Amino acid sequence: MNLTVTSSPHIRSNNSTKKIMRDVVIALLPALAAGVIYYGLRALLVVVVCMAAAIASEWICGMMIYKRNTVSDGSAGVTGLLLALTLPATVPYWAAAIGSVFAIIVIKALCGGLGKNTFNPALAARAFLMLLWPSYLVRYVAPGTSLSLFGSNVDAVASATPLHHMQMPALPEESLLTMFLGNIGGTIGETCTLALLLGGAYLVYRKVISIRIPAAYVGTVAVLTLVFSKGEDPVAWMLYSLLGGGVMLGAIFMATDYATSPVTPNGQLIYGIGCGVLTVLFRYFGLFPEGVTYAILIMNAAAWIIDAHTAPRRFGAKKGGKA
Amino acid sequence: MKHLFYGGVHPADKKALSAGLALKKIEEPKQVIIPMSQHIGASATPLVAVGDVVKKGQKIGDGEGLCVPVHASVSGKVVAVEPRRHPNGKMVTSIIIENDFQNTLDTTMIPHEEAASLSREEIIAIIREAGIVGMGGATFSTSVKAAVDAKIDTLIANACECEPYITADDTLLRTNAKQVISGIKLIAQAVKPDHMVLAIEDNKKEAIAELKKLLANEENIELRELPTRYPQGGERQLVQAVTGREIVPGQLPSTVGCMVFNVATCDAVYKAVCLGKPVTERIVTVTGEAVKNPGNFIVPTGTPMEEVIGAAGGLTEDVWKVISGGPMMGLAQPDICAPVIKGTNAILCLSTAQNGENPNQTCIRCGKCLTVCPTHLQPLYMNVYTKKKDVEALEQYHILDCIECGCCAYECPAKLPLVEQFRIGKQLVREGKKS
Repeated sequence: MNLTVTSSPHIRSNNSTKKIMRDVVIALLPALAAGVIYYGLRALLVVVVCMAAAIASEWICGMMIYKRNTVSDGSAGVTGLLLALTLPATVPYWAAAIGSVFAIIVIKALCGGLGKNTFNPALAARAFLMLLWPSYLVRYVAPGTSLSLFGSNVDAVASATPLHHMQMPALPEESLLTMFLGNIGGTIGETCTLALLLGGAYLVYRKVISIRIPAAYVGTVAVLTLVFSKGEDPVAWMLYSLLGGGVMLGAIFMATDYATSPVTPNGQLIYGIGCGVLTVLFRYFGLFPEGVTYAILIMNAAAWIIDAHTAPRRFGAKKGGKA
Repeated sequence: MKHLFYGGVHPADKKALSAGLALKKIEEPKQVIIPMSQHIGASATPLVAVGDVVKKGQKIGDGEGLCVPVHASVSGKVVAVEPRRHPNGKMVTSIIIENDFQNTLDTTMIPHEEAASLSREEIIAIIREAGIVGMGGATFSTSVKAAVDAKIDTLIANACECEPYITADDTLLRTNAKQVISGIKLIAQAVKPDHMVLAIEDNKKEAIAELKKLLANEENIELRELPTRYPQGGERQLVQAVTGREIVPGQLPSTVGCMVFNVATCDAVYKAVCLGKPVTERIVTVTGEAVKNPGNFIVPTGTPMEEVIGAAGGLTEDVWKVISGGPMMGLAQPDICAPVIKGTNAILCLSTAQNGENPNQTCIRCGKCLTVCPTHLQPLYMNVYTKKKDVEALEQYHILDCIECGCCAYECPAKLPLVEQFRIGKQLVREGKKS
């Protein structure tokens, strides 16, 4: 008889890192489907390239640094998928692949691997590509444009996203419904708000994420764009601000990344509000029409500090007081 | 349903394995091993020596302070007084008695038929002499608890038995609820509460039906059915669930006007006062997927676990762990030689299929540990700072408030051994405080 002696608890829930990653992928499927419907097979190939490069990088890091297979937890695949969704379908495959390699090797593995990275790998990679090849990252095309799968898409007629038009007081031409359905120019995964909300609802239902960060983020952007409206109709301006650009993808899938966001309930609210404020700030005063990527990356750096200052009330301590 | 205390988890309760079965008495053991420490606090000093003949129920160890007397559970001859392995893994001075199967009873303690006339002091003295400790597993001296001088408005009898698998208290209530209620009233006679609450989780239908019948005419004892959720049976969680009050860390429930006694403790009080019997036996649930015939047994204290498991048909081939206590807080045993003691409510035998451990994973900061912690702690950071041996940070994160309920580790998707780490962390903090 050989009895195992390890510490309590002796039973464990069915939760696993793998299952959580699987849920995130499931939640992203609607947005991915929308991307493929609007921008064609090339969008799907960008996703495949990003995921493959991320998984290959993870496998190499796993074998060299951790001496075990770290691909199986699924996190590298999720990073690749998330990065792809922040890129336009016209992006050169090699640039997409470089982004994934950078995300996994520089941002994740060099920080110590899963759960230890300071910055969201997908967003950090997007920021990296943005600084190196900005033109590739803003070459949006109108939905339905036929893109060459393997040839050059330099000649594809680039269309600005509705967000670009919001630099001016006038609102974009697209109807709010078109925006909500995502039938507009943009990155592969950011345009279809309906799909993103479906995915977000699934994650909240599965208790993978709490609604705090997305709600605080979206809520803050809504309030700020309503109060400091630059359009003729403040409500419409607010709605276009939420539907155009990456706020939804960022709030639901990027800002909620476990490793780079706070875990305390109050910390999550503060973090969400911070993301919202920075997003609006960058959009209003920055060089680029979009600000989600840098807003979240900056708040990433503050995640641990926010946690440290938002500890839950100690059990037994009076509200507001100390035990 | 809304739960009434913070956090917590709801694992499959697996109580069906042993619930509802008849209560059986195990065969008298040939030899018993009586550890001098079956309670929190200093060990008792042996009062007998090798060669002495002892009677069943005779006091064979005692001490001062939090120490609780220890009694012989069989009559016979003392064959050794030596360190033996305790269910907690430590070597503890134990008295080994060879059973003479004569069942000669010690009559030092006398039955009180007219218990209603006993004073607070008399009842507390009887509780101490009978060697009663918290029988739910905490094993804190019941007489010391009851003697705390404080105004108690709510006396809570704890029948939650929130750990999965265990059905010892459930069996006690199904078979002997009347005695338990008498015991509650005796404790009330000593601590003089304004009212009494018998708290039970709603997964014990049969016991609840029995209690409803018996409590129909008891105006001052309220039966409180609580939604099943672990660790509701923890003292602090139960006080919160029943009264909404939070106990300040490091303080006793009496500071918020409550006292909590396990129902098996109440039963022991009844037996001590009314029948003149000290604690020499208890109900033990032998259960789990790796035991052939799970059941609930009356077991003399000091009986080696091996014999109790034998009474339940023995272990199966695929046994993985044998645990003294429940799956969330019990202690894994290296073998099955250690004895059943006063606080042993279960011997849980898990098979390899229950092995959910998966080492070498890393924290992904999902924060689930935080949401299930009933004491508002941040297990993920306690884990980080224990690994860094950062005593200052550990104190800041109030690691000493951790009740080791195991909810965080249960829920952790990375299967991190959090409770194990926190024991190390707590030790670091205690050592840091000393120096």
